[in-house]
Amino acid sequence: MAVADSLSGRRRGRLRADTTFRLILGLAGASVLLILAAMLISTTIQAWPVFRHEGWSFVTSSVWDPGTSRTEITGQYGALSFIVGTLVTSVIALIIAVPLAVAVALYITQAAPKRVAGPLTYTIEMLAAVPSVVFGLWGLLFFVPSVLRPIMDFVAGTLGSFIPFLGGPVVTYNYFAAGVVLAFMVLPIIMAVTREVMANTPEPEISAAYGLGATRWEMMRHVVLPRARPGIIGATMLGLGRALGETIAVAMLIGGSQRISDSIFRGGQSMAGIIAVTFQEAAPENVKALIGVGVLLFVITVIVNMAARLVVWMTGGHLAKEQNL
Amino acid sequence: MKPLRLIPLMIALALVAAACGGSTTTTGSTGTTGSMQADLLGAGASFPAPIYQEWIGEYRGVEPGVEINYQSIGSGGGVEQFIGQQTDFGASDAFLKDDEIADAQGARGCDPIHIPTVFGAVAVAYNVEGLDSLTLSGPVLADIMLGSITKWNDSAIAELNPDVTMPDEDIIVAHRSDGSGTTSIFTTYLSSVSDAWKNGPGAGKEVEWPAPNSVGGEKNDGVTAQIQQNPGAVGYIELSYAMENDIPVAKMVNDDGNAIEPTLESTAAAADGITIPDDLRFNILNVGGEGYPIAGATWLLAWKCGYDQAKADALKAWITWDLQNGDDLARELLYSPLPDSLQEKALAKVDLINSEG
Repeated sequence: MAVADSLSGRRRGRLRADTTFRLILGLAGASVLLILAAMLISTTIQAWPVFRHEGWSFVTSSVWDPGTSRTEITGQYGALSFIVGTLVTSVIALIIAVPLAVAVALYITQAAPKRVAGPLTYTIEMLAAVPSVVFGLWGLLFFVPSVLRPIMDFVAGTLGSFIPFLGGPVVTYNYFAAGVVLAFMVLPIIMAVTREVMANTPEPEISAAYGLGATRWEMMRHVVLPRARPGIIGATMLGLGRALGETIAVAMLIGGSQRISDSIFRGGQSMAGIIAVTFQEAAPENVKALIGVGVLLFVITVIVNMAARLVVWMTGGHLAKEQNL
Repeated sequence: MKPLRLIPLMIALALVAAACGGSTTTTGSTGTTGSMQADLLGAGASFPAPIYQEWIGEYRGVEPGVEINYQSIGSGGGVEQFIGQQTDFGASDAFLKDDEIADAQGARGCDPIHIPTVFGAVAVAYNVEGLDSLTLSGPVLADIMLGSITKWNDSAIAELNPDVTMPDEDIIVAHRSDGSGTTSIFTTYLSSVSDAWKNGPGAGKEVEWPAPNSVGGEKNDGVTAQIQQNPGAVGYIELSYAMENDIPVAKMVNDDGNAIEPTLESTAAAADGITIPDDLRFNILNVGGEGYPIAGATWLLAWKCGYDQAKADALKAWITWDLQNGDDLARELLYSPLPDSLQEKALAKVDLINSEG
């Protein structure tokens, strides 16, 4: 009797502990959503006068002519050129970084000798630890003028004469310059995740491929890459998230012009960039507009991520079908 | 204006270190040392921040009991915090507009006071290979900035520079991408010399740059990088930044038809010749004589009422000391000090601090 009592008492205590623990975890989970919602709601409220004043032209117009009023909205706030700047630089960064990251990850996991693979991995992951302002300075003072500029001049002079978006005259700091340096910045994230996924390819499948007479390249193509595809897409999305939000390096290299240029070799401005560079001297109405750009950046990031999830889900389904066969 | 004024800062630090090592009697300190006790908090413009910090540092030797804390947060924030009563004094590269003054009066119950401290000039820097000297006039500069003059060998430019052969090169316009007092001085000048500019982009800390070949850079160093990295570029930077970095700058034709090179002397000359309203809210326009035409002042902001006595005394004593003893330090850091006539008017304003209790 006494033993049973104490047991059931202990169990009741344990149950209570379970409930409490679950509650705490639930709160922890909810806190993320709460913080997110609080941010979105409070910034939207602050930016509301600008949204109401501009309507859709906030996202469809590229006329950004800030006013200086403390109480009303007197300027024009069209953020289209910044949206374009953010998207164009991010796309350029991914076009360069994803193939490079996949190739490097393949090399490290499948082809490189161990004594090369280890140091190479560390080195690339170290790139992630370099502060973005350092990337920006390096690009501003050395990489873009000394390395990229001749390449850009050459491309604009040859391909640029018949392919749109590649035309000259080239200005040194532009969408492309920002995109290339951005690629170096997102490379380590994409590479690290991709490498992890590829390293987890089941040994038996690799052996089976070799057993069927596959060459190393065929093994990679038919075993490693298909298995890694969802991981690569996920990694790309992580990289894209960083690219969309990256502020200071892009602001330093994109050319700082508040217009939509018709060539990737001309200047523009990104959403995060315009906030960072003009916030300090902005009048109250201008600050509201910049907060509005922040809300927009948030919304666009969410949309891009949802689209990406859709892509992963669709290709994932496709992959499953392939494997069922 | 927001310079990255590292070099003078380092010089300043070295000077302070040297002064400390040598003797403490660097400036003729007036009165008894340490008779006042007060903490003063100020915030605002970053363009004059190096000289304000320097004045504060030197003043510590005069009145060790007066602790002055100046935060370089930009003119916009400086005005906000000043009107919001979060600071004891403000600092701005632009004088308060009428609606800001109305807000300020409502917030404090008395008038804000404008005290000009130093001048800065805006230099037109360029990057054209083989071109050692360049002269531009206001209207031609405005046309370049508007994008209606697109080539260096345009006849309007050639006419102003008869002794040099201008190259057949595209002009790239470099401008500030951040909001800036430098941009405000530059565009205020362009508006005063060109109706097309006035009715188009207009004057402000941040404007729409209409030239199709235009590029932006953050702060003085960003614009300088844009100018140096793009052949054919022309842009505007603070004179002190151009002088420190030895960047070629254009002579500007002023209202008397003289082509004037931007220097500290020609900036001071510009400030000397203009008419200044009683409230000391002025732009430097229509400069003649030996004055360089693109220049502007920066102001300290204080109140006519609401300080406790110790604060009011300390603030008045510090600003008075700055205006009377700070000229050499200002020149060392490449600011142009106030001409005597204006200094007297500024000192009269200092006397009004807390005059309404």
